[in-house]
Amino acid sequence: MKVAITSVGNSPDSRLDSRFGRCSYFVIYDTETAATEYIPNTNKENIEGCGPASVQFVASKGVRKIVSGEFGAKVKAISDSLQIQLIVLKDQEKSISEIIQMLNH
Amino acid sequence: MNNPPHFKGFRPIGLPEENNPVVINFEEYEAIRLSDFEFNGHVEAAQIMGVSRPTYTRIYESARRKVAQAFVLGKAIVFEGGKVYFDSEWYSCNKCGCWFNHPEKGEDIRNCTLCGSTNIEQYNETILQSKTGDSCVCPKCGNEKVHSKETPCKDEICSVCNSQMVRKSTPHHQGVKNNNCK
Repeated sequence: MKVAITSVGNSPDSRLDSRFGRCSYFVIYDTETAATEYIPNTNKENIEGCGPASVQFVASKGVRKIVSGEFGAKVKAISDSLQIQLIVLKDQEKSISEIIQMLNH
Repeated sequence: MNNPPHFKGFRPIGLPEENNPVVINFEEYEAIRLSDFEFNGHVEAAQIMGVSRPTYTRIYESARRKVAQAFVLGKAIVFEGGKVYFDSEWYSCNKCGCWFNHPEKGEDIRNCTLCGSTNIEQYNETILQSKTGDSCVCPKCGNEKVHSKETPCKDEICSVCNSQMVRKSTPHHQGVKNNNCK
């Protein structure tokens, strides 16, 4: 299963980005193959609709769960219809590698 | 709570950004909305929010003081947190502190989806009620029922033995128990 994590940078030491739609990078982590992929967020500079555009983008990558610090008001309805689980992590000091370790519980 | 704000807060114009904004809880926002935007009286507003009238007044008072503080001192306002209930399909994990929802409603959730801990709870009204310890208990047979804020416990009738119920773990309840012992 693929999990998307929002990240401020493109390395495993980068921290979780507290915003979903305007995060810098999406980290797509595959729990079966343990492969990670860093994708820059092209919707970051949009004036509006970053959240919905980002959900559509990660959904097209086959993601089933999204980990981020916060989700906007429009994201919940779209992720529900696409059956994507949202995980809100308030601890913004966590690095991407720590979150991946938690996912491998 | 019916209408969460669809933005995260306010910033004063023409001041450098400060790092200590005034944090207004969602229930305080809701109190201002009900009283000063929809012009409800405190009694009706308290019923809409499902709290007692004195509690509502306390929330509203606290909200107004925070707004005044932000106005006078030129502080930013941030809407965050509070004891509110939006959606029963959200769960919180007590181990890693994350929140997650559950779009596939068919199956039960037992583990935290992030850290795998079983120490999770569903975030809904019954948890808030059990945390505040509100339940009615029958002094005769010990039957318990979750207390509803609209009805005083003494007006509740026990569904098992039809006697008058009392609030659990109040001095009154303790007294009734002691009388039963005699």
